[in-house]
Parts: sequence; C-alpha cells; structure tokens
Amino acid sequence: MALDKPYSDIPGTVIFDADQARKGYHLNQFCMSLMKADNRTRFKRDERAYLDEWPMSEEQKQAVLARDFNRMIALGGNIYFLAKLFSTDGKSFQYTAASMTGLTQEAYATMMLQGGRSPEGNRRVGETPSAGSSDKEAK
Amino acid sequence: MARITAGVATSHVPAIGAALDNGRSGEPYWKPLFAGYDFSKQWIAQQKPDVVVLVYNDHASAFSLDIIPTFAIGCAASFPPADEGWGHRPVPMVEGHPELASHIAQSVIQQDFDLTIINKMDVDHGLTVPMSLMFGQPERWPVRVIPLAVNVVLFPPPSGRRCLELGKAIRRAVETFDEDLDVQVWGTGGMSHQLQGPRAGLINKEWDNRWLDRLIDDPEAVARIPHVEYLREAGSEGVELVMWLIMRGALAPKVRTVHRFYHVPASNTAVGHVILENAS
Repeated sequence: MALDKPYSDIPGTVIFDADQARKGYHLNQFCMSLMKADNRTRFKRDERAYLDEWPMSEEQKQAVLARDFNRMIALGGNIYFLAKLFSTDGKSFQYTAASMTGLTQEAYATMMLQGGRSPEGNRRVGETPSAGSSDKEAK
Repeated sequence: MARITAGVATSHVPAIGAALDNGRSGEPYWKPLFAGYDFSKQWIAQQKPDVVVLVYNDHASAFSLDIIPTFAIGCAASFPPADEGWGHRPVPMVEGHPELASHIAQSVIQQDFDLTIINKMDVDHGLTVPMSLMFGQPERWPVRVIPLAVNVVLFPPPSGRRCLELGKAIRRAVETFDEDLDVQVWGTGGMSHQLQGPRAGLINKEWDNRWLDRLIDDPEAVARIPHVEYLREAGSEGVELVMWLIMRGALAPKVRTVHRFYHVPASNTAVGHVILENAS
C-alpha cells in the first residue's frame, strides 16, 4: 500500500518526503560538501568536474549548472541543502525563493513587504481565488 | 532543585543573523523587527536563567541525509557555530550543560521518548539567531544551552502531540535535577513561510495569530493540528511551528503572556515571538 500523501494537491509545492529524499540523496550530499571552504574553491574552479565526482543523474547535474532550483527540487533537492549551493554563489534565501516564483527580484521583495503571498487561492490545486487576492496563481 | 521558569518562542530566520552580523540592524527594513525584541533583552537580563533548553531544527548543517534523528539532545560541553556555506557566524561558542543534558536524556528516555544523544555537533542559525535576538552581541553568551534538535526537514516531523508531550517530559526531568538552576525552554522556527517553488513567499497572518492565541490558551487543541494544515495554511516551512509545542508543554497548563510580537517580513518569513511564564 502506498503512503498517504494528503499534501500532494498543494500548488507550487514539493514536500521533501522519503521518496524525494531517496531521489535526491546524492544531489543533497553534494550540496552539503560545499560547507567546507576547500570544496567551495574546487567547485567554483570547475563546476562540471566537481559534479562529476558525485553519482548524480545528468539531469540533476544540468539543473545545478543552470541554477534551476525548481528543477533541483523536483529531482529530490531540499531547500536547506540547496542553500549551501546558493550561499556558495553569495545569494540569499530571498534571491533564490524569488527565482522559483517567476517574479522578478523586485516584484518578489515588494510582495513580501506588502505582507507576502496570500494563502487565498493557493491552498489547493484548482481552488478559486477569493475576491481581493492579487497574487499570481501558482501552479 | 532545578525549575523551569519561563518559555520563549521566536522565529530563527538566517537573514536576521546576517543583518546583525553585518551591522544593518538599524536600517529601516530591520529596525521594526529588532525593536520587537527590546523588551525581551531587558526581561532576560533580569531573569538571568542558568540554562536554556533550546529547541530548534538543524538545517542540513550537523545532520546530512546520512543520519536524521527525529529528536536529538546535545550533551557536549560546547557547540561551535556551523559554517553553512558562507563561513561561521561571528558569534561566541555555545556552552552546554552536559550534566543536566544527560539527566534530561536519561529521564525522558525512561518516559518513552527515544532521544538521540549527540556528543559532538555544530549549531547553525536555527540555534544562534534566537540567541542573538535575545542577547544581542555579547563576547560570551550569558547562559548555558542544551540544544534539542528536531527533524522538520525530512517529512514527516514529529506530530504536534508528540512535541507537546515531550515538553511535559522535559519539565518532569528538569524538576528532578538536584542542582539549583533556573531553566528556560525555548521553541524556535516559523511562523508562516515557504522557501521553495512557485508558492514561495506565502504568509498567513490570520492563521499565525489564531495559532498563537491557541498555543497560549489551548495547547492541547494545537497539538491535534495535522501536519497538512501547517503545509497548506502556513507554507511548507511553516511546519517548523510544531517545535514551539515542546516549549509550551514544558510550561504549566495555564500561562501568562509577558510579551508578544508579530512582524512581516523578515526576508521570506513571518516572525513571531512570545515570552510565557507559568501562571501562579
């Protein structure tokens, strides 16, 4: 019997559960290796060569090289592990979060200053946003 | 005997630590947030707790995907700040309390909570940002700390019920420790936030504040909230809030609110902060 995943209808959201963790094991462990300054230096010198030391899928490596965080998450990455990668790039959580929403940095920062993304219309796939919700519907 | 004197809860957003470390806490963006902790700094300077049991989650710093304990207690004499990818935060070494930590471990394991014992561990922003918010930037932290790490990274975290009951077990453990110590329990993380995917940036002020009301007055009801409600209403990372229930469980059923603060945003996150004392 499959595990119950009552969270699978939440739009724009991948929950890092046991299945995701299994898929993303090497991707996440690669990110973890960037907690050491020497590894960060080696990675920055030749990203591809460093990635090739890890038994990750080619798709995962391409997602890393492209800094496609939505793709990395779909392929089993977890945001707290991926944080080691964007920290190595000198980027913040806000920069990275914005990059996943399809909004510009500026529009995302403004949305946060105005109280963040409303839960209205964002609780489940297919939910009709209530009047007054100005958020871009996430899919 | 040792006693639990108060509970503190606060968010632990890494950008708050970065703002403080880089001298930006007076900027218009950050000033209102730090102002919410002015009272707390005065309060804790008067309280002078001997030990804080600091409930937090490790963010893939001490624990990789190799070993993921649901509950882990730090029994070491000291805990260095972690390098999370941009070097160590410039904060003091965290001094532990190995005797009380070991006592809590033995006591709560005998109360059916199977804690993992950690004798060597780096502590990340989840632990050090609350320390900075409550104590500012001292040369040495004025309190000893027992880190209690809770897995909220790999789904599922422990249930709210389990967290509340662990808090109660910790209280019983502290109250049977022979040394005369004032102990606080802190719960950290939350409030609503989502750091990933197209739904990133989700904030739910109404839900957060209703949740806080109930945490204070009806924690047994909050303990029944299923994880999926946190994920849906408070964002995928909002589920960190279950850790606040450990703090609440360590206090009496009736508490009084000494301080309460709520602020949006800190980076991607709604910041909540309460100080609770047992009602006499």
